[in-house]
Amino acid sequence: MHLKYESSTREPLVEGNKTYHQVTEDICKPIEQKPSRLWYIGFFFSISLLLFGVFSVFWEVYWGIGVWGINRTIGWGWDITNFVWWVGIGHAGTLISAILLLFRQGWRTGVNRAAEAMTIFAVMCAGQFPIFHMGRVWDAFYVLPYPNSRGPLWPNFNSALLWDVFAISTYFTVSLLFWYSGLVPDFATIRDRAKTNLRKRLYGLASFGWTGTAKNWQRHEALSLVLAGLSTPLVLSVHTIVSFDFATSVIPGWHTTIFPPYFVAGAIFSGFAMVQTLLIMVRKIFKLEEYITLAHIERMNKVIVLTGSIVGVAYLTELFMAWYSGVEYEQAAFKWRILGPYWWSYWAMMSCNVISPQFFWFKKLRRNVPFTFIMSIVVNIGMWFERFVIIVTSLYRDYIPGSWSYYSPTWPEVGFYLGTFGLFFTCFFLFAKYFPVIAIAEIKFILKTSGNNYKEKMAPIEEKSVEEFAHEMEHAH
Amino acid sequence: MAIKKFAVACYDDEAVLFPAIDKVRNSGYKLHDVYTPFPVHGLDQAMGLKETDLHIAGFIYGITGTSTAVGFMSWIFTKDWPINFGGKPHFSLPAFIPITFELTVLFAAVGMVLTFCYLNQIMPGVKKHVFHPRQTDDTFVVAIELSEHTSEAEVLAFLKSTGANETNVQVAESEWWYGRFDKKEAYELS
Repeated sequence: MHLKYESSTREPLVEGNKTYHQVTEDICKPIEQKPSRLWYIGFFFSISLLLFGVFSVFWEVYWGIGVWGINRTIGWGWDITNFVWWVGIGHAGTLISAILLLFRQGWRTGVNRAAEAMTIFAVMCAGQFPIFHMGRVWDAFYVLPYPNSRGPLWPNFNSALLWDVFAISTYFTVSLLFWYSGLVPDFATIRDRAKTNLRKRLYGLASFGWTGTAKNWQRHEALSLVLAGLSTPLVLSVHTIVSFDFATSVIPGWHTTIFPPYFVAGAIFSGFAMVQTLLIMVRKIFKLEEYITLAHIERMNKVIVLTGSIVGVAYLTELFMAWYSGVEYEQAAFKWRILGPYWWSYWAMMSCNVISPQFFWFKKLRRNVPFTFIMSIVVNIGMWFERFVIIVTSLYRDYIPGSWSYYSPTWPEVGFYLGTFGLFFTCFFLFAKYFPVIAIAEIKFILKTSGNNYKEKMAPIEEKSVEEFAHEMEHAH
Repeated sequence: MAIKKFAVACYDDEAVLFPAIDKVRNSGYKLHDVYTPFPVHGLDQAMGLKETDLHIAGFIYGITGTSTAVGFMSWIFTKDWPINFGGKPHFSLPAFIPITFELTVLFAAVGMVLTFCYLNQIMPGVKKHVFHPRQTDDTFVVAIELSEHTSEAEVLAFLKSTGANETNVQVAESEWWYGRFDKKEAYELS
């Protein structure tokens, strides 16, 4: 019998009658088959979005930042909104892969590979915005502290914007390493069952010559655990530092201590919504419903309702603090947010983020796939508006009424945003075709404890009394 | 680099693998290695492997990152080019914390992954002998290193008795190689 035992009251994580080999077959199938028509349509649509994005960025770089709608009052517009939005989305991937590993949540194995891919692609998209927002993008490398011929003149290490440079680049690097170290054994699996020469060679390169010796696995487990331990505070630090971009300034509406936890909760909230959007499509297109089960979707919806409620509490706390502080500038900032010309963005944020996730208190709705899919998009629209509200509606009515302004994006700004969608989905489509979208080795690791067919075999044990079971286990050897 | 002769046993379940490893270790045959498609907990203890020190390496890399960040930023802001930011102190440690933390994590993670690759001898392009094409799929492979004096038939019979569903003898490179490797020639050399 297997060495571990899990109660049958827990839902199985792998449905159907799976053996180790069947797991390999199911997950490798999309890689070894010709992609479906749906894949081609999606891929070429993403590529064309990406090309439009490239053109929009080219337009901005060629003519200068003036082609965007931002002005002297509203210096941060769609660009920084999109930056914060994309970084936030990335956070769910690390939460699933790192924090849930530390908490020993077995269900993470079904979704962690795709979620982490999402993290990496989302951070890639996010990074574009501050870089092109600099205007003279060819000087972007000035943010790096390298010995230069200007003194050497160093960047300001006390600036929250520079902290961001370090936070985002570290986050990207560590996520990539964590993700790839998990991919290496799975690439070896594909290499060893490859039928074509090219596939054998390419996956041979990608798998680093992995053969799966006991010692290698031992080190692999140690590495995963420590990387998870490093990623956990890292992911919390990244959105904390992003919130410092605002919180360390003296703009009413930004200068609050609630920002770091509020941003982190919002990031996890929007990230889980994006994981739902992607995985509901992936499980349908690649027929992986037995690995990404309703139980997985329900658990993620629970995280969404929790973090959504935290975000809601944060919104109300902000309003309370504005009133309670007695600072009229703070009060004015919130008054203009709610009642000013941007009232629609505030109420879009409130209804999408605070009201809509409350539907997930109902079990029926948590387990309803089409409803979850729609909600996941609603939540991400809401979280985009949250960033828009924080950024634009804190800036547009500043201290001098003479400089009050209004802002709407121009086509290169919208094109840039659409272009990052193109980048994100192009990467994700390539990932879904050429990479194992579910961690093969990790699913096998939990199969005999949490697989449906193995759990059924535990039925006789369930019927035994605790004393009887303990007695038998003692004399098992 | 050495070409060696191995007796290979394949098992289809980890429940059979554990007693088999015990038997191999008690038999006096030289256990070369065990290959599994996924991490099997307790396998390292069963084989008598030491716990890995990789995490200690990670700690050292992390500390290196911490001191690099603090040292570098303090040197720049107090010695190399002190700048007055609104009258705040040059050595403003609280403001150094975010970057210090990030570099600690970065150094620890990058260092550990490189050490992991070095210790495991894995790298893009590195190749190693695969005893069974399904050892990364659903087969647990035990390889025993044979000397000239070992009787092949005896070893194979022994391995069969431990519950192996497939046994064979293979002559193979025991380490890694890079690029092309003419197996046939190497086998003739042995």
